[in-house]
Amino acid sequence: MSAAGPLLALSGLSLDFVTRGGRVRALDRVGFEIAQGEMLGVVGESGSGKSVTAYAVMDLLEPAARIGGGRLDFRGLDLLGADRARLAALRGQAISMIFQNPRAALNPIRPVGRQLVDVLRAHRPMNRAAAESEAERLLAMVRIPDPARRMMAYPFELSGGLCQRAMIALALACQPALLIADEPTTGLDVTTQAAIMDLLRDLARARGMATLFITHDLALAGDYCDRIAVMHAGQVVECAPTARLLAEPRHPYTRGLLAATPRSGSRIGEIAAVGGALPDLTREDLPPCRYAERCERRRPECDAAPPPLAERAPGHAVACWRAA
Amino acid sequence: MSGGRWLGYAARRLAMAVPILLGVVLFTFVLMRLLPGDPAVFFASSPNPSQAELLALRAKLGLDRSLPEQLAIYVRDLARGELGQSLTTGQPVARDLLARLPASIELTVVAFLLAMAVALPLGVAAATRPNSWLDHLARVVITAGVSVPTFVTGIVLIYLFYYLLGWAPDPTGRIDVFIGQPPRVTGLLLIDSLLNRNPERFLAALKQLALPAATMALFAIAPIARMTRASMLGVLSSDFVRTARALGLPRRQVLLTYAFRNALIPVVTTLGMVLSYMLGANVLVEKVFAWPGIGSYALDAIVVSDYAPVQGFVLAVSALFVFLNLAVDLIYGLIDPRIGFER
Repeated sequence: MSAAGPLLALSGLSLDFVTRGGRVRALDRVGFEIAQGEMLGVVGESGSGKSVTAYAVMDLLEPAARIGGGRLDFRGLDLLGADRARLAALRGQAISMIFQNPRAALNPIRPVGRQLVDVLRAHRPMNRAAAESEAERLLAMVRIPDPARRMMAYPFELSGGLCQRAMIALALACQPALLIADEPTTGLDVTTQAAIMDLLRDLARARGMATLFITHDLALAGDYCDRIAVMHAGQVVECAPTARLLAEPRHPYTRGLLAATPRSGSRIGEIAAVGGALPDLTREDLPPCRYAERCERRRPECDAAPPPLAERAPGHAVACWRAA
Repeated sequence: MSGGRWLGYAARRLAMAVPILLGVVLFTFVLMRLLPGDPAVFFASSPNPSQAELLALRAKLGLDRSLPEQLAIYVRDLARGELGQSLTTGQPVARDLLARLPASIELTVVAFLLAMAVALPLGVAAATRPNSWLDHLARVVITAGVSVPTFVTGIVLIYLFYYLLGWAPDPTGRIDVFIGQPPRVTGLLLIDSLLNRNPERFLAALKQLALPAATMALFAIAPIARMTRASMLGVLSSDFVRTARALGLPRRQVLLTYAFRNALIPVVTTLGMVLSYMLGANVLVEKVFAWPGIGSYALDAIVVSDYAPVQGFVLAVSALFVFLNLAVDLIYGLIDPRIGFER
């Protein structure tokens, strides 16, 4: 494949959930790109649409989801137009995913070694013995101590950190080009969190694998990601290289998130919560800029038309009428 | 899971069954004596027995003693393995029950297998395609199965397949009397006729069994299918099934190996309960189809206040209950590695 184009490109992706309570406008013209080998952080509050975006890429959306428009291109393949069998063949093979709450993400009544063998044999012509030795090698690769013994372990016999390592082994078994990590360290203690993130970064670098890292923790994304996209209420509000985004945030929401992020040496009084709450996405009268109602700089033009995600500096895109 | 721990667990559970069975004995004993009806009147030689004859009969049956005394005697006999004598058949109750048990077991087991063969796939299909026609079919079958009593189902089936269509043989007994029973080995006619290499008898027994087994199965399908559907729906929306899909496992493997095996855990509980209920439901189905099992035996005995067979029947069914529950708990251990059998 060509090295020129992005590995994954989303553009204008809009998505609703049709529920009894009304249409939930979960995603609104979401767009970003990931280059090969790059780690992109997608940051936002719970309910901002980060995970839904990931599920749309994986074709794992629940039946209530309706894609309203946009494009998803993976290596030039149109994911929204491709038939399901084609997509199923990509999953676990070219695009893979890890989740939060790793213990629940693993089959509770199947030894982790068996689960690895299942994935390997689903995608490659391998006999059981070869798959088993490959599975053991994968457990060693994710730095699980004593992999031969752990092959027979059930998830309930492993710590949360070990479960997430096993999950990473499962996701990377077939050497995907893109890994989607959906809050992979939520629920793990801070030391384990750092160890898992280091492991993900090291493995991604060694394999030239791109990572879409979904988190609500801007500081954590800042430590590991090459670029960060900030999402709010189903809209991408800002996207920039990490250093630039942290140093010169242009969108008021990004600024609010940064002010709400504790840093070493910061006192509790200096941490400020982002004012207001996410708007109710079932509302008929959602403002075109969904941040408008929380925004201190709101002007009449903010309610006239949706702000496009426009490049304000090289590689730095902002969706705000007031970001010069 | 080591075999030793299993055995220890099973032994402890069986020991725990002793007080349960004693409670059952006490309860049935008192209940039978609270019911109206005097055995002496039923078994007197004439329709209008004299008072002297009744007194003599009661003394002979031990009914003139106080209730605690009667109970003590009954428990003493039980400890010796004697279930007492049936006044109707004149045989020891234990022998009667053993002679009739295979008929009940054959009916129950075949009906149970039939119910599982229908209910498990139906539940899975309904859960994987919510609101499809299969899901609606499952709902209709479940509602009908829950709301129609077995004796009604039985009579309707007889009316349809025997009276109207003539496909089924006379709904009386286990095998056509002109074909005759195969030599008794297990007492299960299907197995005995196969051991006897007699396909004609096998077919005859199967035909006779079809309607009562279908009646019992219809009763059992509802709870099994409902639990399978609910459990599958829960498991299908769980995190690890989403993982299995995200990892690109084949749909069949996701559904059967990942989802269904996990969904089975609560289904096994239901299976155990359904099988237990079926042992009780036997009573009516056996009566409708003149099936010579332990259920119809107990029912006949209740009508004539024949205490010993009823008490023996309840005790036997209770013991089966205890065994079934133990089996269910041991099967859990096979399916779910998280369940241990520690002390």
